[in-house]
Amino acid sequence: MTADGTLFSARVSGAIADPQLQQALSNVRRRFVASRAAAKAALPEWGALSDEARAIKDHVLAHLDLYLEAWEQKATAAGAKVHWASTAADARDIVLGICRQAGAKTVTKGKSMVAEEIHLNQHLEANGITPVETDLGEYIIQLRGEMPSHIIAPAVHLTKAQVEADFRKAHTNLALDRSMAEPRELVAEARGILRDKFLAADVGITGANFLIAETGSSVIVTNEGNGDLTQVLPRVHVVVTSIEKVVPTLEDVSVILRLLARSATGQEISTYTTFSTGLRRPGDPDGPEAYHVVVVDNGRSELLGTALQAVLRCIRCGACMNHCPVYQAIGGHAYGAVYAGPIGAVLTPALNGVMAAKDLPNATPFCGRCEEVCPMQIPLPGMMRHFREEQVKLAKAPVSQRAGLAVWAWLAGRPRLYRLAARAGMRVLEMIGGRAGRIRSLPLATGWTRHRDLPAPEGRTFHDLWAERQRARGKA
Amino acid sequence: MPTVALFVTCLVDAFRPSVGMAAIKLLEDAGCEVVVPEGQTCCGQPGYNSGERAAAITIARRVVAMLEPYEYVVVPSGSCGGMIAKHYPELFVDDAEWGLRAKAVAKKTHELTAFLTGGLGITSVTARFPAKATYHDSCSALREMGVRAQPRKLLGTVEGLTLTELSERDACCGFGGTFAVKYPDISNAIVEKKTADVAATGAELLISGDMGCLLNMAGKLKREGSKVQVRHVAEVLTGMTELPAIGEARRP
Repeated sequence: MTADGTLFSARVSGAIADPQLQQALSNVRRRFVASRAAAKAALPEWGALSDEARAIKDHVLAHLDLYLEAWEQKATAAGAKVHWASTAADARDIVLGICRQAGAKTVTKGKSMVAEEIHLNQHLEANGITPVETDLGEYIIQLRGEMPSHIIAPAVHLTKAQVEADFRKAHTNLALDRSMAEPRELVAEARGILRDKFLAADVGITGANFLIAETGSSVIVTNEGNGDLTQVLPRVHVVVTSIEKVVPTLEDVSVILRLLARSATGQEISTYTTFSTGLRRPGDPDGPEAYHVVVVDNGRSELLGTALQAVLRCIRCGACMNHCPVYQAIGGHAYGAVYAGPIGAVLTPALNGVMAAKDLPNATPFCGRCEEVCPMQIPLPGMMRHFREEQVKLAKAPVSQRAGLAVWAWLAGRPRLYRLAARAGMRVLEMIGGRAGRIRSLPLATGWTRHRDLPAPEGRTFHDLWAERQRARGKA
Repeated sequence: MPTVALFVTCLVDAFRPSVGMAAIKLLEDAGCEVVVPEGQTCCGQPGYNSGERAAAITIARRVVAMLEPYEYVVVPSGSCGGMIAKHYPELFVDDAEWGLRAKAVAKKTHELTAFLTGGLGITSVTARFPAKATYHDSCSALREMGVRAQPRKLLGTVEGLTLTELSERDACCGFGGTFAVKYPDISNAIVEKKTADVAATGAELLISGDMGCLLNMAGKLKREGSKVQVRHVAEVLTGMTELPAIGEARRP
């Protein structure tokens, strides 16, 4: 999950030069942004709902221990086995232990970002257990051996043609003349393969969008129904989730649900919203014989009571990514982290340390659109600025940048000198610009002139013009 | 007659002084007395956004003290205006005295077109600027200063000017201050989308209210060989047709 500077810039260059990725990303801009805007416009109480959702999460985070204990009590009473994992390694081992105890050879998996965060699949595979991703996007990237590039649309970086090629490579019995041009044909193919996997799996692993303290339930939202098959068909259901997902009541879930799908895809509600409470009871037509919930901390509790606490309000809708000009330009993989986009630029250093993600909080123009569209009102740009300040404090900001800013700050406090410097500097630039009025290449400003001209200044500074006017009017 | 302090911004001072003069004309035509407080340099935003909080605080103190005596502060920029109006109070969250002083200055600081239409109640300008134009909302004007309708309202009264909207009105131009030079490839990928959007409108004039965005978009358009002219809203509202547009060749 590191993002070293050179690697970051190499990934960025690769992403920008990749025509298939750019084609796929244009769909993000077109589809998600427009659908969310329409969904928001159709909901006059959006602002009030967002305030309420934020207040729910703020309240929970202020009393997180109490709500987690309350949830644990109810969940245990309903037959759940609750496991607390303070690190990613703990969480991996707990899940592996459960799978071994169940004698599992294959496990099916619903989409879970926390499972990605703790690198669960690699750990299971290394220990002889085969995880099968059942969310279509996750299934595709598992075939490709990739990380998700988006919180809710893990394969959004791919085009249809790429997915077809992956299927033809992996599904060797697929007839060459069978059409795979339409998304529904791709879905049908994946569904056919996955049916058998669902039936064969010994353990089903899902994430959770919410834990409900009032009832001891866990909740998942999906559009494909794969989560339900994952958790209902195998004997054992394991939920892998994190501490900040708990909310007090069912009412609270319904408030946040109204914002979640609208912010994510523009749907009023996801196709499936599934509440799981305990084990299969006598008379239930289906349900697991064992229900484990692994609640992961992995650095989150360290954020409580700090300037970063609000990031734990995140409900993983992905709206910040969809609307981010940087994400739209480079996609998720360039971030080099499990969580991409603005939320990733904050979560990655928040969970893994400032130096684990040097570029991510810096590589943004601070346009503020992420904060504007965030249904939980997380001040993402302010948090990125916080990490920039941390880097300066640790003396880890680039030396050239620090030196340049030191000169700038020194001059900014000395108006007379500043005027002289501005006057001289602008004269020079105006001369370089000459008749053309623009500068095509400037040795000390190649960052600027690599891709665009520098418009030449008019020549005189405003303060000189103003002083002249005042003199002419006898006011100086 | 209200007295207005003009905070001209470092980019206007250096690159486009005519924008400052145009702002003065608009304010004076609206009946204001305009003063330019001595000792203006920069609002501190480059340091603030680069993590140099201490340097930003030092500069913010100077600017707050400088602007305190005036009834109104007007800035021909959403970005520097947003720095003073939104971020200065944040800089002093742990400093009760300066926090109050910064808040008082923040409250009376306005973006130029918002002040003209809101504070002064101006509904039209007397200017002629025949062109088919489009308008780019700078992110800070839009999201920090609530500026969207105000410049359009005034531009609508400029004789000969027609306005066609961009398809992605809320999208950043990719400038972002030091971001543009620290991450030039990402910045370029963003501004390319903007110039394509501008081209799609068929406009011959691109207007915005922030010098940073304007230098970025003009620089890109000129590199692409585009004929689109780029101007600050204050130039258009005062009909400065004689002045070459930003990044445009000098008249012989």
